[in-house]
Amino acid sequence: MGKFDLLDHELVPQFRIMAKEEIEQLRKSLGVRKEDLPWMLKSDPVSKAIGAKPGDVVEIVRKSPVAGRSVAYRYVVPG
Amino acid sequence: MSFYELVKSIKSIRFGILSPEEIRKMSVVNIVTADTYDEDGIPIEAGLMDRRLGTIEPGQKCQTCGNRVRQCPGHFGHIELARPVVHPGFAKLVYSLLKATCWNCGRLLLTNEDVDKYTILMDRYRRKWPQLRLRLADRVIRRASKNTECPHCGEHQYKLKFEKPTTYYEEHKEGTVKLAPNEIRSRLERITDSDVKLIGLDPQIARPEWMVLTVLPVPPSAVRPSITLESGIRSEDDLTHKLVDIIRINERLKDNIDAGAPQLIIEDLWELLQYHVTTYFDNETSGIPPARHRSGRPLRTLAQRLKGKEGRFRSNLSGKRVDFSARTVISPDPIIRINEVGVPIEIAKLLTIPERINSYNIEQVRRLIENGPDIHPGANYIIRPDGRRIDLRFPKDRKAVADAVSIGYIVERHLKDGDIVLFNRQPSLHRMSIMAHKVRVLPYKTFRLNLCVCPPYNADFDGDEMNLHVPQSEESRAEAGVLMLVQEQILSPRYGGPIMGGIQDYISGAYMLTRKETILTREDASQLLARAGYSGELPPPEINEPKELWTGKQLASLFFPSGFNYSLKSNVCLKCPSCKKEDCENDAYVVIRDGKLIKGVIDKKSIGAGQPESVLHRLIKDYGTDVGRDYIDKAFKLFLAYIDSRGLTIGLDEEELPAEAKREVLEAIRQAESKISELIDTYKQGFLERLAGRTLEETLETKIMQELEEARELAGEIAGRYLKETNTALLMARTGARGSFMNLAHMVACVGQQSVRGERIIRGYMNRTLPHFKPGDLGAEAHGFVYSSYKDRLNPIEFFFHAMGGREGLVDTAVRTSQSGYMQRRLINALQDVRVEYDLTVRGTDGSIIQFKYGEDGVDPAKSDHGKAVNVEKIIERVVKAGGG
Ligand SMILES: [Mg+2]
Ligand SMILES: [Zn+2]
Ligand SMILES: [Zn+2]
Ligand SMILES: [Zn+2]
Repeated sequence: MGKFDLLDHELVPQFRIMAKEEIEQLRKSLGVRKEDLPWMLKSDPVSKAIGAKPGDVVEIVRKSPVAGRSVAYRYVVPG
Repeated sequence: MSFYELVKSIKSIRFGILSPEEIRKMSVVNIVTADTYDEDGIPIEAGLMDRRLGTIEPGQKCQTCGNRVRQCPGHFGHIELARPVVHPGFAKLVYSLLKATCWNCGRLLLTNEDVDKYTILMDRYRRKWPQLRLRLADRVIRRASKNTECPHCGEHQYKLKFEKPTTYYEEHKEGTVKLAPNEIRSRLERITDSDVKLIGLDPQIARPEWMVLTVLPVPPSAVRPSITLESGIRSEDDLTHKLVDIIRINERLKDNIDAGAPQLIIEDLWELLQYHVTTYFDNETSGIPPARHRSGRPLRTLAQRLKGKEGRFRSNLSGKRVDFSARTVISPDPIIRINEVGVPIEIAKLLTIPERINSYNIEQVRRLIENGPDIHPGANYIIRPDGRRIDLRFPKDRKAVADAVSIGYIVERHLKDGDIVLFNRQPSLHRMSIMAHKVRVLPYKTFRLNLCVCPPYNADFDGDEMNLHVPQSEESRAEAGVLMLVQEQILSPRYGGPIMGGIQDYISGAYMLTRKETILTREDASQLLARAGYSGELPPPEINEPKELWTGKQLASLFFPSGFNYSLKSNVCLKCPSCKKEDCENDAYVVIRDGKLIKGVIDKKSIGAGQPESVLHRLIKDYGTDVGRDYIDKAFKLFLAYIDSRGLTIGLDEEELPAEAKREVLEAIRQAESKISELIDTYKQGFLERLAGRTLEETLETKIMQELEEARELAGEIAGRYLKETNTALLMARTGARGSFMNLAHMVACVGQQSVRGERIIRGYMNRTLPHFKPGDLGAEAHGFVYSSYKDRLNPIEFFFHAMGGREGLVDTAVRTSQSGYMQRRLINALQDVRVEYDLTVRGTDGSIIQFKYGEDGVDPAKSDHGKAVNVEKIIERVVKAGGG
């Protein structure tokens, strides 16, 4: 099997590295530190594919059977 | 200074390793004697029961702190080990440390550049991701372990081998050399503080060399009390036994070293000391035999005290015994309300509620005091405002005591009707396993509960026992009443639907009452409604001539709120390809309009427990839990009243098939058999076509099984055709009250194929299941097909096969419950303090986010429509109906 872009796969949701201001806004609306968001490793295949670095926050948009569209966030940590 | 003055609140806990100096500093006595008491029963000085370790005998003053038993916290002693031994709990870490550092200079096997890099990284981790610190430390260790030459002193690094639990070897060219604990300790001593930090440890509180013990703490005697048996013989605690072993070997080792004994003997004793210390910490260490008592029982040492179900954590910290609770057998009571629980008088007289006397209740409370502890609405204790308790068992003249109380006194009065209590049945697998009930004090010795609460508790009455707890404060009772009352739990969060509702006879009764042919005289109707607690007017009769008659549907309608509309297919529906709905000739389509049951029979689909989108579900969702509870309390009694008046019974003759039906069943089975022998013939001739992914033999098996399954189904069908409409088992199966068509077919037609592990029965003798058959017989009879029905009785061979299948079922359930119980434990431990916040995020205790919106859609499943936020279909139906008039 040849190489393929995992972001193109049907079962992989959309990932996007968020801008500084967006992160600030998200943090304020949830009332948390970045560290309190769920974590994602820098070595995660998706982190590598989108070039996420420790300290980044990634937005994930999924198709959800119950909610239609659901948004989640991941704080990227080293490892 | 007493113990209680020392009580302070804990701000944080730091875990570290005790250094030898710390162990000596906290020790009050160096223990050198392996004995405990002398002949007179006096603790031996410097022995394991030295008085300075704290008193355990009442009345004696502690030699260290001067307190008596209750106040003395106990004091540690210590043993000076003649030679160091590895702490078995750190053995693995010691291995990592030895591998990652130079045996010669003690530095981490990393270049200075790497050390600098990792130091910076570690600092950053410490600030930003302290949780990831150990991962980085792991990386550092793995990286350093790869180096075979020290970048600092250039020495070659030998390969290390670790043998559980506490032995290390170094592989030299000349052969493997065992590393002695003192050599290990001196290597660990050479590791610099800055390198220790890189390994993820804090050198201030956990120097690596402290993982090799030179001094062993001896716990206070209160931790390992000796018990005096009735015979007067003293029996020591397992820990004491183990410490005796350690001291004995330690002293012998010391003597041998001092006497200059040969190295071999010293090494043997040293290893023995290591064994005793290892088993002292954990007597279930893999790789070494557990230390045993003289009787052969393995000793219960430190790890065993903490581990497992009977350990300190699960048995004493997570699980505590409580006061104000009761446990007894449960039995059913269809008359009490679902919110109630019947409590035996005997229990009501022992469980109390503290009630503060005020100007409103003083007279009633005085009467309770006069009744005292033995007459039911009484009281057991009075608590005076100064905190003194008066036991009402003793005063001769309780009247005088009653007169003496005044406002501000607290009286511990008996449980009485209407008090809120918590009721529980184990296993408590979901939140409905503990619900609040209102007390109903009743005679006899069992807890009584309404049958509709059986499903949430998963209770039956074959000897089940349940627990009852009495909340002791106004707040807790109010909270329990609002949040945990049975009626608030009818709708389950497990699936959007009522978990409580009709079961068994409730459903049969509802069906019998509401079917078309049920008509009642004024007398009958009044009788039934009276039993249901209905006190309104009788509706105008459905039939006036020749006399006034009421239909069952009319009576069942009286309990719906006016304006209630709903329609659904009932359980008796035959699922015709095109449903005629209102015009269904089986009366299987239920229509309720403006609170009147117009069409259809009420059965499991309408009032059954665990039925979403049922009449009961709609009723509670639209009118609230009070209406829902009232419906269950009253209408359900009507159903029982009706089934009581008619009677519902089952007889052997009902399971009898007419002769021609029997012939048909036999014919169906015979045909299947001939098809099977055809199959076997084709197989033997080698013409059988192989199914994809299966061997020839498997193909044959599958085909035979298919054939037999069809035969059984056909037999059931035939039986169904010939059974009378009045057959009770059929009624119960069709309404969903109990049993299925298959159960019925088993009784009247044919039991069918028995299986073990999803296959026909093949085990037993060589090439055959039983000696009654020829080897290699592939026929139905030889492999567990039961031709008979239960009514016809099974022949011995069939019975044996049937027992084989039945046993597998029993074993499976036993295995499944233990496995799912373990899984449940793990899940609950992980999830117990996760909660949904007001902003609908799901968070852990530290405020960290687990889910950004509860369930992704923020819907409470208990308030949902079968999992969905709204049931659009039903809303449209309702709007259209309302518009159309
Ligand atoms: Mg039971
Ligand atoms: Zn003391
Ligand atoms: Zn070195
Ligand atoms: Zn139908």
